[in-house]
Amino acid sequence: MKKSNIIFRRLKRNKLAIAGGLMVLGVFAISILAPVLSPYDPNEIDRYNILSGPSKLHLFGTDDLGRDVLSRMIYGSRISLLVGFVAVGISVLIGIMFGSIAGYYGGVLDRIIMRFVDIMLSIPAFFLILAVIAFVGPSIWNIMIVIGVTSWMGVARLVRAEFMSLRSREYVLSARSLGLSKFRIIARHMLPNSLAPVLVSAILGVAAAILVESGLSFLGLGVQPPTASWGNILTLGKANIEIAWWLSVYPGLAILITVLGYNLLGEGLRDAVDPRLWEDR
Amino acid sequence: MFILKKISEMLVTLLGITILSFLIIHLAPGKPTDILTDLNPKVTPEMRERLEKMYGLDKPVLVQYGMWLKRVVKLDFGESFSTDRRPVWDKIKEKIPITLIINILSLVLIFVVAVPIGIYSAVKRYSYFDKATTVFVFVGFAAPSFWIALLLMILFGVKLDLLPISGIRSLDHNDLTYFGKLLDYSSHLILPVFVSAIGGLAGISRYMRSGMLEVIRQDYITTAKAKGLTDKKVIYGHALRNALLPIITILGLSVPGLIGGSVIFEQIFGIPGMGRLFYQSVLGRDYSVVMGILTIGAILTLIGNLLADLGYSLADPRVRKT
Repeated sequence: MKKSNIIFRRLKRNKLAIAGGLMVLGVFAISILAPVLSPYDPNEIDRYNILSGPSKLHLFGTDDLGRDVLSRMIYGSRISLLVGFVAVGISVLIGIMFGSIAGYYGGVLDRIIMRFVDIMLSIPAFFLILAVIAFVGPSIWNIMIVIGVTSWMGVARLVRAEFMSLRSREYVLSARSLGLSKFRIIARHMLPNSLAPVLVSAILGVAAAILVESGLSFLGLGVQPPTASWGNILTLGKANIEIAWWLSVYPGLAILITVLGYNLLGEGLRDAVDPRLWEDR
Repeated sequence: MFILKKISEMLVTLLGITILSFLIIHLAPGKPTDILTDLNPKVTPEMRERLEKMYGLDKPVLVQYGMWLKRVVKLDFGESFSTDRRPVWDKIKEKIPITLIINILSLVLIFVVAVPIGIYSAVKRYSYFDKATTVFVFVGFAAPSFWIALLLMILFGVKLDLLPISGIRSLDHNDLTYFGKLLDYSSHLILPVFVSAIGGLAGISRYMRSGMLEVIRQDYITTAKAKGLTDKKVIYGHALRNALLPIITILGLSVPGLIGGSVIFEQIFGIPGMGRLFYQSVLGRDYSVVMGILTIGAILTLIGNLLADLGYSLADPRVRKT
């Protein structure tokens, strides 16, 4: 049987991973169907219901401008997914590039790149992200780029380790003796064989990126109002903490469920691709 | 020898971190003098130029870095660009203790609580306790810490009115007895310390559990059991030491995350520490303070890593020989 089939079958047997996958799909569906699902326009102001608690009219209450929290959360899911996927795309690309160069060539190049990885890992990343965002200005594109550029180190290490072990395999040696170009050997023959751990780390990375974005938005350095994001609804929750608990509780739950979904799916996939666990179940 | 090698490696890393931070901050659009000039209609282009010359901003970035480095070696981080014009080191120095106290307390909390939890859920695998902690671990990983902070503030601060939700001392702090002051500080610190520990609690208990499960499978554990040792002796005498090794490294690696996280929870709880100073400096484009805190943060991180390495070599004599 093909390896990917085995992995898929093992994944299907893991109930937690299935639950995670459903949460992820659910959030996807909500963000695509946002205009259909939201009871109100996310920026519509209800002057008669400012900071009103959950009711039949506004299921999750309203914020300080009388906007419907549920509708803003539904639209906010789009921001989370967009930031999560683009940021991780960037970080995976950079990680694969550095990791494969370090792992394929070894030697001085490897030492320089790995030193660079160490340096990046020793900077409190959130400090750096905050500084850059504040200086270049908070916009959704800047956030995605900065998160991507500061989170590729794990992928680089994974790819490097895989390449180190693949480098002396017979099929790579024979490809090299056939005179294939280095780029072709790396891209066509080595990379596909080291993608499984990268996929796992990418899925977990989406979760991490969503958390960072919500933190930035919470601090006012993320997605700017009036665009709704889960993080900037929570900012209002903090500002009105003594009178409007619903502004804090619901958006956080949305983040929790989404991040939990990616984490469960990622962990499940990690177990499914780990051959050491294959005989266990 | 082992320590010297580590320290020299650390210095190289530190140099790299400062170069990288300096380049990023100074190549970003905008100048720190903009804050002084942009809002002032009387500023002429000549004045602007003179101001930039005064701060050395007209020179190439690498020259500026050289000048910065020369001063920093003497712990002189320049003076703040904000209106108080105070030396940067003085500003940072007074904020370090509170941030450090909170981070160290939460590291202690993580270690003291997570390790036993991990051991117990590994030993009693698939028990209710194990399942409950697994749920806690996944929620702890997935919930944003600032959200948990908000929930705890609503519960303990607003609804139950048990704990203060902002600052590090009460209004009547100065009138309290010594013991009363201590109590006042601790009641202010409970929530921040707990919140900053949550991620670590979840992570470490998980790693401890899987590390323990891994070790229990080893042959020497079977041997120890076969010798007729009690379960307690096998777990605490043989397995624990080896299962703890990776935890030491992970605790060391979690330092930058803790320090970075201090921005968020210091902002939420209104704690006048390094993270909050960083947030304010970043918003005010106070380059010299931002650079100073990035450097101090990196030094703290590297010290954390060094302590982890030392701890590791204490626990595992094999490391010292290489």
